[in-house]
Amino acid sequence: MFALHGVGNFHIRPKLTTFAVNLPRTTYTSINLVMLSINGLRASIEGKEILKGINLGIKPGEVHAIMGPNGSGKSTLASVLAGREEYEVTGGSVTFNGIDLLELAAEERAAEGIFLAFQYPVEIPGVTTINFLKTAVNEIRKYNGEEPLDAARFLKMVREKAKLVSMNDSLLKRALNEGFSGGEKKRNEIFQMAVLEPKLAILDETDSGLDIDALRIVAEGVNSLRSPDRSAIVVTHYQRLLDYIVPDFVHVLYKGRIVKSGGKELAFELEEKGYDWIKAEVEAAEVNQ
Amino acid sequence: MTFETIDLKTKLITDFHARESVMNGEAKSAFHQKKRAALAQFDTLGFPTIQNEEWKYSNVRDLISASYNFNTSDTLSAEDLVDLKMPEQAANILYFVNGHYNAALSTMVSSTDQIIIDSLQNAYKNNPELVNSYFDELVKDDTDAFTSLNTAFAHDGVFIHIPDNKTVEHPVILRFVSDARQENIGSQPRNIIAVGKNAHVKIAEAFRTIGEQRSFTNVVTEINVGEEAGVEYYKVQNESENAYHIGTTQVRMLEKSHFYAATVTLNGKFTRNNLNIVIDGEHCEAYMYGLYFPDGSQHVDNHTVADHRKPNSESNELYKGILRDRSKGVFNGKIFVRPDAQKTNAFQSCKNIVLSTDATMYTKPQLEIFADDVKCSHGTTTGQIDEEALFYMRSRGISKPEAMSLLMFAFCADVVSQIKIDSIREYLENVIAEKLSRS
Ligand SMILES: Nc1ncnc2c1ncn2[C@@H]1O[C@H](COP(=O)(O)OP(=O)(O)OP(=O)(O)O)[C@@H](O)[C@H]1O
Ligand SMILES: [Mg+2]
Repeated sequence: MFALHGVGNFHIRPKLTTFAVNLPRTTYTSINLVMLSINGLRASIEGKEILKGINLGIKPGEVHAIMGPNGSGKSTLASVLAGREEYEVTGGSVTFNGIDLLELAAEERAAEGIFLAFQYPVEIPGVTTINFLKTAVNEIRKYNGEEPLDAARFLKMVREKAKLVSMNDSLLKRALNEGFSGGEKKRNEIFQMAVLEPKLAILDETDSGLDIDALRIVAEGVNSLRSPDRSAIVVTHYQRLLDYIVPDFVHVLYKGRIVKSGGKELAFELEEKGYDWIKAEVEAAEVNQ
Repeated sequence: MTFETIDLKTKLITDFHARESVMNGEAKSAFHQKKRAALAQFDTLGFPTIQNEEWKYSNVRDLISASYNFNTSDTLSAEDLVDLKMPEQAANILYFVNGHYNAALSTMVSSTDQIIIDSLQNAYKNNPELVNSYFDELVKDDTDAFTSLNTAFAHDGVFIHIPDNKTVEHPVILRFVSDARQENIGSQPRNIIAVGKNAHVKIAEAFRTIGEQRSFTNVVTEINVGEEAGVEYYKVQNESENAYHIGTTQVRMLEKSHFYAATVTLNGKFTRNNLNIVIDGEHCEAYMYGLYFPDGSQHVDNHTVADHRKPNSESNELYKGILRDRSKGVFNGKIFVRPDAQKTNAFQSCKNIVLSTDATMYTKPQLEIFADDVKCSHGTTTGQIDEEALFYMRSRGISKPEAMSLLMFAFCADVVSQIKIDSIREYLENVIAEKLSRS
């Protein structure tokens, strides 16, 4: 395994250096200050390489926005971080609070504090949202050596969180996401996040399909969780969301690599100019090799 | 093999004649004449082989290769039943040990003006004309050898008669226990249920085995659903690893009646259930639910028929299965819409989760529609557990086994939630949860 990783890294090294200039400084800070450290991450699905050497460092309290054209690998990155098994990690490493994340099963990552709000939340007939969450909360507590929450305390907590994201109580009793509107599904993701209080939340296009009011509510939900020891990765196509959830860094993912990074002003620039100029830069860099 | 096949058949036929020879005048009764005719039919048909289209995937060779003692009874005491306990409920609970009614173990709570309920044997003794008027009437055209065999040997089981306009408040729970602790046990209960006009009742048949020897149950239930009547009928099988079960439930529905069936097979080596519903009236609604859960090398076969003979009625069918290990499942669902049965709605669906590459599910919907103004649909799915759903749950911290078991429980819930006898539903939920936790 190690030998294979070595070969992979060697092969891509020249290309990587081209983009390293644009990487945020956090990547180079010492490991123990970083919550999430992604180094040279490569991943494929069905033999097709999607992530081609991702480098990214996230410190506690930071919010990183990831933007980029359709199909560039944003959801793939989110899925690989959350532990989706269909993706094969072919190189690189990911450390989360000092732990080798890639060694953990999806449920262990969740218990360690990673949460993925899905771009397309899954409908699960026959399992109510409330029952699902109760199982999740108690499984995570078990993993962390805690007693299960009793029904009364769980319900009280859930009601508070539901209020936070203006989630209707009646949705909680319905089968998970089944027949939910697009916006309700997204809101349910944020609600679950509020209940699980992750250390690192990865929001994959949680803003798409939301009306203006819902967008604000969802953003408030995210912001209410912001704290010096919680971080977030926000995948979005729209600068609009970033008005509400102000990021510390904005990265552009293109063809499986982070090709540009900057502050929140980069999002404005992208909104204004689109991606063509970035694509041109990348193509130029590739030609120069 | 052929030799052994002849062996059980010959043995049964010899047994029949031996019983007949000690009968007095009763041998001439109309009741017995039906049995004789059935025996002759059984003799002609013989046990089915897989050449028989209806038995293509279900081979009874193993079942008929052994001998069974059909002539035992009263071998059980209340203590023996402790392990078979179900959740408590005020109900009419009738025990049948090796197919024979056991009064000592049974409890009756409903008043006799609501329901006439007795063992078939007693009912026939007390009122031969009434019993005979229903006996064999629904299955006489059945060409299944096992049904003929049951008719030929019909001796005990339950007789239930609900007078017109009566609603039986407490459910009827029929518990069939095979005591296979000492030897291979055969039983052939015959149940007759006649529900009068605008009468309502909930009935469950529960099958269990005690002991490690083989049990072979060949049960037939005939259900007459009167006009505007409502019948809920549940069949629950949780038998042993050496249990062979063949059953036919034959139903006839009259105008504006409702009939709900749920057939749940939790355990047993070899199971074949036939559920045949003849919808012989307008504005009827028939519901058929099924759930099966085989593991190891178990075999579960459900054959159903919805036979629409009159216009404006509806049938709905949902069968679901979870198959593990090397198990096999068979679903054959026939829908007939006869030329007269215009404006029929008939829906059928069979959904399966196959958890192992060695498990196999055979599904065959069979629609024969002779009317032109009808709505019919059918669909079968056979797949693995939904990976997307599994990942979604795991990403929230739910372990893989727990997520699988939640998903499978939810899968079963569509059927289990249809069961309106609380103690039976609770029992099923418990057994299913326990089975899932073992996966
Ligand atoms: N299961 C799969 N099999 C084959 N290709 C896949 C699979 N999943 C993703 N891909 C491919 O991987 C690439 C990246 O997909 P991904 O969903 O990560 O993009 P994205 O950046 O999230 O796009 P969008 O902005 O549209 O959400 C796409 O070309 C996609 O077709
Ligand atoms: Mg995406």
